[in-house]
Formats: sequence, C-alpha cells, structure tokens
Amino acid sequence: MKKWTELEPGAVVLEAGSSARFKTGSWRTFKPRWVPENCIQCLMCWLYCPDMAVKVVDGKMTGFDYDYCKGCGVCARECPGKQGKKAIVMEPEGK
Amino acid sequence: MGKIVAVTGNEAVANALRQADPDVCSLYPITPQTDIVQRFSSFVANGLVKTELINAESEHSAMSAAIGAAAAGGRVITATSSQGMALMWEMLHIASGMNLPIIMPLVNRALSAPLNIHGDHSDGMGARDTGWVQLWSESAQEAYDNTIMAFRVGEHMDIRLPVMVCMDGFIVSHSIARMEYLEDGEVKKFIGPYVPKNPLLDIEHPKSFGPLILTDLYHEYKRLQHEIMGRVKNVVLQVSDEFARLSGRKYGLFESYRLEDAEIALVILNSAAGTSKDVVDELRGKGIKAGLLKPRLFRPFPYEEVGQALKHLKAVCVMDRADSFGGYGPMFMEISSAMYQADGGQRPRLINKIYGLGGRDFMPHDARGVLLELVEIAKGAPVRTVKEYIGVRE
Ligand code: SF4
Ligand code: SF4
Repeated sequence: MKKWTELEPGAVVLEAGSSARFKTGSWRTFKPRWVPENCIQCLMCWLYCPDMAVKVVDGKMTGFDYDYCKGCGVCARECPGKQGKKAIVMEPEGK
Repeated sequence: MGKIVAVTGNEAVANALRQADPDVCSLYPITPQTDIVQRFSSFVANGLVKTELINAESEHSAMSAAIGAAAAGGRVITATSSQGMALMWEMLHIASGMNLPIIMPLVNRALSAPLNIHGDHSDGMGARDTGWVQLWSESAQEAYDNTIMAFRVGEHMDIRLPVMVCMDGFIVSHSIARMEYLEDGEVKKFIGPYVPKNPLLDIEHPKSFGPLILTDLYHEYKRLQHEIMGRVKNVVLQVSDEFARLSGRKYGLFESYRLEDAEIALVILNSAAGTSKDVVDELRGKGIKAGLLKPRLFRPFPYEEVGQALKHLKAVCVMDRADSFGGYGPMFMEISSAMYQADGGQRPRLINKIYGLGGRDFMPHDARGVLLELVEIAKGAPVRTVKEYIGVRE
C-alpha cells in the first residue's frame, strides 16, 4: 500500500488501462447466461455492456468475462435474440 | 503604467478575467454576480478573448463543466454568488479534490431564507471547508488585484488549487470607485501562459480522473490535500511580492492597520474594514490606541501570523458578517483558535459581534460603538456577552 507521500495529487490515475486490475464481478447477484442458438451476432450486448465483460473474438460474441460482469442485466435487456427468444437470460448467481 | 478609472467592482473583476484570457468560462448568472458574466460574455462576443463560453443550465452544471474543462487541460473561470454557490457545493469539493485550478470570483451575498440579494459573507463562509483557497477583497481595486493574483496562486505547480476571490455584493460589486487597471500586456506577462498538469486531452498519455478510493487510501489522499493546502501561504506571499513590484500595491496574508502599538482592535473582512479604518483614525486622534486587522487569505487561515499580530493587544472584537447558528461567528472561531495557540499564552480578551447581515449598512457609529466597548474591556470591564448582534432593532 502506498504512503500519502507517494500519491499523485488530485487522485489522478496516470497509468492507462489500470482498471483491468479492478475486478467488478464479485458484486453480482444475477448472472447473464448466453444462449448461442438464439444469438444473431448483432453485438448490441458488447455495445451496451458498461464493464466490457462481453467477450468478442474475431468479431463474434463468445460469452461473458465473469471477472468483470457485475450482473446489471443491460445486455439481456438490449439483446434482440431470434424469433422472440432472448440470447441472454439473467439467472440468480449460484443457481 | 496603469490606467486610472472609475468603475464598479464587477466591471473591475470582469476586466481582470478578460486580461487573463481563459480557455473556458462556464457560467450561470445570479445577482449580484450577473454583471461580471454579462460583461465577460460581451468580451467573448466581441472577440476580445479567445474563451469558449458555456451557458450552463445551473450553477451545479457550471461548476461541473468547469471541472471537466480544467481536467481536460484548460485555464477555466466561472463566477457566482450566494444560492448559486450553495448549488455548486458538491462540485466545489470535487474541483479541489482533483487539484483543478479553477478561478471563481464570489460576489458575496446572503443566503435564503428569507430571500435576500444583498451582501453578507454567509456564502463564502459556508465554503470554508471545501478545500478552495479564499482571497477576500475590501474594494474594487483589491478584487481586481486578487483576481489577477488568483491565477498565479491557483496555477502554481506546488499547489494546483481552485481559488475563490470574494468581494461584497452591491457595496463593492455595484458601487463605482476609483481604481487603477494594469495594462493588458503587463497582466498577460504576469499571469503567463497556462501550463496544464495531467491534461486529459493529452491523448498520448491516457489517464483517469475521479477514481473510487475507499478505506485503503482515502485517508492518505486527504493527508496529501492537507499538505498541499499548507503550501498555499508561501505561494500567496511570493505571488503578492511579485505583484507589488508590478503594481506598487502590497498585499500580505492580511492587512494590519495601526496595529503595532495598538491596545484594542477589530478583526473585520472586506468593505466594512474601510469604514472601520476611518473610525480607528478618529479614535487615534482622541488618544485611543485602536487598530485593525483585515484578513485576506481566509483559506488556508494563517493562524501563527494572525496570532503574532494580535497577541500584544488587550481586547479584540472579531466582526462577523455571517453567523454560524448555534456557534460563534465563523471568523471568531478562527481568531479564537489562533489566539489559543499563540506563543507564550499571552492573549487579548475576545468578543464577537455579528453585523451587516443581508446587506444591513455598517456605519462608522457601529465601529465606534464596538471600539469604545473594547476600551472598557481593556480596562478590565467584564464581557457582557461573547457573541452579540449589533445594528439590530431591539
Ligand atoms: S450483465 Fe451487465 S456487466 Fe454483465 S455482461 Fe451484461 S451488460 Fe455487461
Ligand atoms: S445482443 Fe444478443 S443477439 Fe446480439 S450479439 Fe449479444 S447475445 Fe447475440
């Protein structure tokens, strides 16, 4: 832990990308589950996720990074899915 | 050489802001500050400054925009009064906590309720604990000079803090007085180009402002803030010295008026200090050893220096144009603390008068009455009440 004499005034974080070290996944009470058969790869989930927890590989949705997903459910709400069936469903954590 | 003019306090301050040519001004008008931002807006419209003007939808937004612009890396100003600053309150702490040197004239006005637009110090005193540097001004000249110096103080690399420059609403902001402007070029040279620190717009060096800091480090960050505030006094003195060489006008942490050989004194801020100095002179003419101390740097408060300046006195009245309901007046609390800590345990007897709330006139007879009461206390008369309202209909 840093001493006060070692801190940057104004609490400015000078290191880029350091939020990767701050895992927000432990707050979750609901978790999103991806249902690939209903996915149309529109990437709305990726666009809306506030924690960059939608894992996209080669331009395709591949699932969630649960170290960072805080379970807000925004992705599930925005997901259009296929034929009225959501490709993301929220389930209670630990189920 | 400067130009001698007859202007209002608001006009003087607006011109100081014009001369500083800030990058961004975010504003919301409020009486009695309106005149400053109205004049500044016309400077922008007429191309006299290169400032980006943001008409915010509230003071909370004006301060928020100022914070964003300052973090981005610009020289930023705003101005306010009373309720406007009360609405900014949340953001005032953020500006100082992020070490953003925003410069803000505060045209002192009473707080509601009851609604009142006239001058008292409730707004500025309410911002005492926000982490802003506060410079207080007796006259249009002092408000102008303090505004110019505020840029150098706030932007100093040792501190990087927001500064509010206080002057009395209407009494100074709307009264025409003789004063001296510095040349535009002199001010430009004195203030210098803006040097940003950790600007967000430096995209080669990405950074974040406003992180979440919990029990593990918050206490350490506040310790650092305390340390930085401790450096302000020296910066103010250094900038004031340089300013004296430029303008011939000398400023310290406070003004001592006939204090060295005095036995009794008033401690009084802003415009009422002018009235009181006349009365001090009058009583001196009658052989009464009266003096006056007018604070200038109120945050951080120069406790040791004020303690030294007052400790030889027999009796002092601290005059407050604001009340801390259920407490003593805010200035009295500072002076009491300064005197309790003063070297040698020698200290005057202290009383506190609340005067001039909501713009109630402070007249020479008010100052005279208090000083004559101090004469009796200095001779050993008992203190009737420590804190008392004066100039009030009983
Ligand atoms: S639940 Fe919220 S945090 Fe988790 S992936 Fe969906 S949008 Fe992102
Ligand atoms: S929003 Fe739904 S359908 Fe679109 S990519 Fe994400 S999971 Fe698939």
